[in-house]
Amino acid sequence: MVLKAEPMLISMGPHHPSTHGVFRMRLVLDGEVIIDAEPMVGYLHRGIEKLAETRTYTQVIPLTDRLDYLGSMTNNWAYVLAVEKLASIKVPERAEYLRVIMGELMRISSHLMAVGFLGNELGCTFTPLLYMFREREKIMDFFEMVCGQRLTYNYMRIGGLSHDIPEEFLPAVKKFVAEMPHYIDEYEQLLSENEIFLARTKGVGILPQELAISSSVTGPVLRASGMRWDLRKADPYSIYDRFEFDIPTGKVSDVYDRYLVRIQEMRQSVRILEQAIKQLPPGEARAKVPLLLRPPVGEAYAHIEAPKGELGFYLVSDGSIAPYRCRIRAPSFTNITALRDMLIGWKIADAVVIFGSIDIVLGEVDR
Amino acid sequence: MGLLAHFQKWLTENGVPHWASYVVPALAGIIVALLFLFAMIIVFIYLERRGLGRFQIRPGPNRAGPFGILQAFADFIKVLTKEDITPTAADMPVHFLAPVVAFFSAIMILAVIPIQRNAFITNLNIGILYVSAISSLGVIAIFMAGFGSCNKYSLIAAMRGVAQLISYEVPVLLAIAGVLLISGSLAMRDIVSSQNIPFILLQPLGFLIFFAGVASELNRSPFDLMEAESEIITGYHIEYSGMKFALFYLGEYGHMVVASAVMTTLYLSGWKGPVLPAALWFIIKMILVFLVFLWLRATMPRIRVDQLMSLAWKFLLPLGLLNLFITAAEVLWQDNMGWKQFPWPFVFLNLGLAAIFIIIGSKLLFKTGGGRVEV
Amino acid sequence: MKFERYGRGMAKGMALTFKHLLRHPITTQYPEQKLTVSRRFRGYELVWYEDKCTGCATCAKSCPQGNIEIVTVEEGDHYKVLKFEVDTGRCMACGLCVEACPYQALYMGRGYERARYRRREVVLTKEDLKPSPERQPSGYANPEVEAQLPEQTLLVYRK
Repeated sequence: MVLKAEPMLISMGPHHPSTHGVFRMRLVLDGEVIIDAEPMVGYLHRGIEKLAETRTYTQVIPLTDRLDYLGSMTNNWAYVLAVEKLASIKVPERAEYLRVIMGELMRISSHLMAVGFLGNELGCTFTPLLYMFREREKIMDFFEMVCGQRLTYNYMRIGGLSHDIPEEFLPAVKKFVAEMPHYIDEYEQLLSENEIFLARTKGVGILPQELAISSSVTGPVLRASGMRWDLRKADPYSIYDRFEFDIPTGKVSDVYDRYLVRIQEMRQSVRILEQAIKQLPPGEARAKVPLLLRPPVGEAYAHIEAPKGELGFYLVSDGSIAPYRCRIRAPSFTNITALRDMLIGWKIADAVVIFGSIDIVLGEVDR
Repeated sequence: MGLLAHFQKWLTENGVPHWASYVVPALAGIIVALLFLFAMIIVFIYLERRGLGRFQIRPGPNRAGPFGILQAFADFIKVLTKEDITPTAADMPVHFLAPVVAFFSAIMILAVIPIQRNAFITNLNIGILYVSAISSLGVIAIFMAGFGSCNKYSLIAAMRGVAQLISYEVPVLLAIAGVLLISGSLAMRDIVSSQNIPFILLQPLGFLIFFAGVASELNRSPFDLMEAESEIITGYHIEYSGMKFALFYLGEYGHMVVASAVMTTLYLSGWKGPVLPAALWFIIKMILVFLVFLWLRATMPRIRVDQLMSLAWKFLLPLGLLNLFITAAEVLWQDNMGWKQFPWPFVFLNLGLAAIFIIIGSKLLFKTGGGRVEV
Repeated sequence: MKFERYGRGMAKGMALTFKHLLRHPITTQYPEQKLTVSRRFRGYELVWYEDKCTGCATCAKSCPQGNIEIVTVEEGDHYKVLKFEVDTGRCMACGLCVEACPYQALYMGRGYERARYRRREVVLTKEDLKPSPERQPSGYANPEVEAQLPEQTLLVYRK
């Protein structure tokens, strides 16, 4: 008697509470074990690169907000750096320091979301998420104070920032920076030594270092696999060479290491914030730039260390008021290419956890 | 002799024919038991939603009625008025009857739970055996729901669920056996009367095993794989909407009420207590047990299916056997020395042994990083 | 021989959750208590001063989506604005129009409860855009308005 068995096809479809957005994954299962996984993206494509060709350089900035909508400040920064490189504009010192402060606050906020949602996918019923959202609300209040919005900031302009900070900004940020290490200790107390958390995340979803490098994975995922690569130290942009901070790396690149790398990066961001606030000089917040900028003909590529990885903008200009071509190198899109190798052999429960540990945002993946 | 039995005897003495004198007490007992169950379910639902909210530094629902008391009623009305959508390819009788079976098995266990010295429906002399037998009926409901829904997610959930439920019954039975050795009788009322000090002190290891087993039978975090919201999106009740979903929900909370009641009678000495009326002590202890379940739910992530099975068979089962062995040895040793009057040395001995076994067991068993299958 | 992972981590987590049970909830009950928004708030509301507007349409040119429609007619030595319509349904609240206005005739508004039942009701005409006691301008890109507004409630200063 011949027993016929066939593997089961499940579509972890666009509607799912745990894919961070509209993401579809077709899994081939043998019982609960994943044999094959095929990610399908494109459900959030809005044509940002094409839209950027018909907008002036300043009008593209609100479009870049909506790429990684959880990290708008760093998106703005990457784009503005590319334009300044193209047009050779020098940014005043105060604007550089303020950009660093905004970027690091954004990094803390994005990592809080990443770790919080990782806890959610593991099954803690929203508890670590709500604790982390308490701090994220404070950061969003600072951003609202500075530019008026909580999610899509449109704050950085070519040549600096759109407005200078109000006076109540610095005392509030100082208070936040002083109490943040205590809160990070609380998060670690809740999760880092929990036996169930360890059993679910240690040794799970290992991405070997060679595979990470050959798939162009960047960001905390690459650092957790042992490679000390951070664009803030490897190719310093803006004024990052004036601050001292460490780069946390992991040894075994499993989900637990990625979680620890993000927590340590939050601590390092707090350190950078303390130094930046202390060294903030007075001055102008924006250089004198014409209203309709016409950069010289040429091309430029600028990349920064966004919270999710290396975010790069490649701009081609033909001398007119709008870019000829704007190409966005999104970190989440390249990180997803490594997903299939990380998933094979694990179970469905692990699929969600591994996927959450890469920390993608569908706005970037689909642009 | 319970209140209902007295009532029935009074009826036959006053001229009601014998066959009819069983009907009225039976109906009265059923109605009172159901009212008690529903009242406790509503209290538990309220405590859960407000309690989870307070653990998460938010208030919880507080709009429907003063302090949100009427939230359960608001949900009930909403669920009643929802459209009942069933997939056309579903197996209709199976799909239809699954919620009924789920709620049914919770109600049936109510028959033997003693709320006071003589307030119960019946004092079966095989009380605890009846309880564990009926709680196995819940497995069938899960499987019916999962299989009859014609949905791959609910099928995965049903398979996980059946494996989980039947493998956690064994440690639960072993823990119950430890209690039975000390109390000497299977009837629930006698188990409570024989607790001079609560059995949680005399059987700490048994209590922990029972607690873990019951948490798993109830699908509470950290063992709520069957309705793991982040992976298989509510598992076996994906295709249910409207009143059937409400029946599943009621069934889950009904099981929780009944399981807390059973845990109170077995380990926390039921209705015994100094000042307040006995029924009130029972309810207070039930609520305390539930609050511990709630605390665990607010804090813990959930474990994976293969870790769940290895926890049941490799950790809880040997510990249950060890517990049984030690309890039997103690009962044999001290039986003739009247230990029931002075059990405190055994309390400390059992606590120490429990700690040692748990630490040794976790050292041998806790391995991380497993689970990858070579494809 | 090191003894670890026998349940201590779980106990620490549970102690933290218990500690949070004793903390006051940090949420605000919305319709009864409202937090003051920032002085530079940038929502979907626009406030337009007709006497300062000259109809130069710099705001319309700087909108990335083309939401502003202006029709003017020449009257003597200045322009009279006949039609000034903003489609706030398509607006993404970037604020570039407010920054661009050279005569400070256009401001962002401070309201955020602007839900309407029909899509055509969010297209605001000249009359809807004028300031009133309910529609106050916010201080985005206008420091003299910002200085007069109340301060934002900051969560960092709450207990």
